Amino acid sequence: MTVALPSAPHLPNPNRPITTGSWRTFRPVLDHEKCNLCLLCWVYCADGAMKRSEEAVMVDLEFCKGCGICAKECHKDAIDMVEEG
Amino acid sequence: MRERKFLSGNHAVAYAVKYIQPEVIAAYPITPQSSIVEKISQFVANREVDADFIRVESEHAALSACYGAACAGCRVFTATSSQGLAYMAEMLPYVSGSRFPMVMPVVNRSMAAPWTIWGDQQDAISQRDTGWIQLFVENAQEAFDTCLQAYRLAEDPAVLTPVMVNLDGFVLSHTEELVDLPAPEEVQAFLPPYQAKYAVDFTNPTTFCFGATPEVFAEYKYHQQAAMEAARQKITDLAVEFEQLFGRNHGGLIKEYSCEDADYILVTLGSFTGTARTAAQKLRAMGKKVGVLKVRSFRPFPAHEVARVLANTKAFGVLDRNYSYGNEGALFTEIKASLYDCAVRPPGLNFIGGLGGRDIRLDEFEAMFTKLEQAAGEPGTVKAVNFIGLR
Ligand code: SF4
Ligand code: SF4
Repeated sequence: MTVALPSAPHLPNPNRPITTGSWRTFRPVLDHEKCNLCLLCWVYCADGAMKRSEEAVMVDLEFCKGCGICAKECHKDAIDMVEEG
Repeated sequence: MRERKFLSGNHAVAYAVKYIQPEVIAAYPITPQSSIVEKISQFVANREVDADFIRVESEHAALSACYGAACAGCRVFTATSSQGLAYMAEMLPYVSGSRFPMVMPVVNRSMAAPWTIWGDQQDAISQRDTGWIQLFVENAQEAFDTCLQAYRLAEDPAVLTPVMVNLDGFVLSHTEELVDLPAPEEVQAFLPPYQAKYAVDFTNPTTFCFGATPEVFAEYKYHQQAAMEAARQKITDLAVEFEQLFGRNHGGLIKEYSCEDADYILVTLGSFTGTARTAAQKLRAMGKKVGVLKVRSFRPFPAHEVARVLANTKAFGVLDRNYSYGNEGALFTEIKASLYDCAVRPPGLNFIGGLGGRDIRLDEFEAMFTKLEQAAGEPGTVKAVNFIGLR
């Protein structure tokens, strides 16, 4: 537990002590060569696990639960779902 | 300026809302609750209540809308009854678990089938374990006063728990009595504007009501129970503070009537308390040592207070306007459990009555006290369920 829990189940962001990364069976792996930064994956990721910047999108593996929606939505085939070792 | 109005129980609640000034009201009509929100929508239309009135498609949506508005930091209000309360059932623990203060009058009505619009308390009792504070009132004045107290209670930082204010359908909702209304500034001093502890704030983003894992779920439930414990003292304190300001005290967790030296005490919940008291008064005049104990707060349950009052009786009775099928009246079970630690447990009888709007007459209350006299001397608690006036 990284932060003390408040008395109600509402937590200030980004100090969320509850992560979903451990649920993952498949990990999204990005090919930055193919990616054109359209941000569809960022829009569709139900966990807010796709992080965006000026240069690239990045997966926050603490929260990515491996659903594969981003890979499905990517028009550039830039995301591969690779089984966790 | 204080004033006095001839109001039904439902309109007393609506007038309370005028003083409380919630920012969002979402409700769906259901008999016998409808005239509460009808009156309030009139107040909103006349700009006497400065609230957004959301006309929703169901009770589930009503409480969901209130939940959302509470999330945004608003003081909210809704009201319901019976099947409507059942339809809200999914949202009830969402609200209490999220620790959003909210007040919801429930105009108690029976649960179908057979379908009926008449009153008993099966609706609220069936939602006992949803984490809401449950207060029961016995007249329109108490309904008005309790709504004001309930917001103070719910919004207390140590409590932050929603409150159901239960008033009996028809007997209270549709009969009129003189109700004393305080001056608006008196209420403003008693109930200051609401400052939400948890609210949407774009500069301080918050995740609301996140999905909890086994590592943290129990802790939130522990906090909820701690809040209920804090509510006990608060309910008692508010009754005293309210009396100092407005001159009326309907009881804190309980209200005793000639219980001090009573050999036989009848325990009640809600509007039948008045008739029980009249019966007790009559029997007292005949030299019988009888009393009436009104349970005002069903959740949190006043176990210690009940034990203190009932421990030295020769017999006690509990009137339930509900039935926990497969067992007995729900209040009876709880009253008996309260007496577990007593050195000598008096015998107790369970009376089931007033189901589906059936009246309980004065002579039937007198007969209950007679039954208690007959039960005296029986060892321990007698598990005996008596249906009043069963045909
Ligand atoms: S796999 Fe699912 S959770 Fe992970 S980044 Fe893609 S869309 Fe988000
Ligand atoms: S959807 Fe594909 S192309 Fe678009 S930003 Fe995401 S990874 Fe890049």
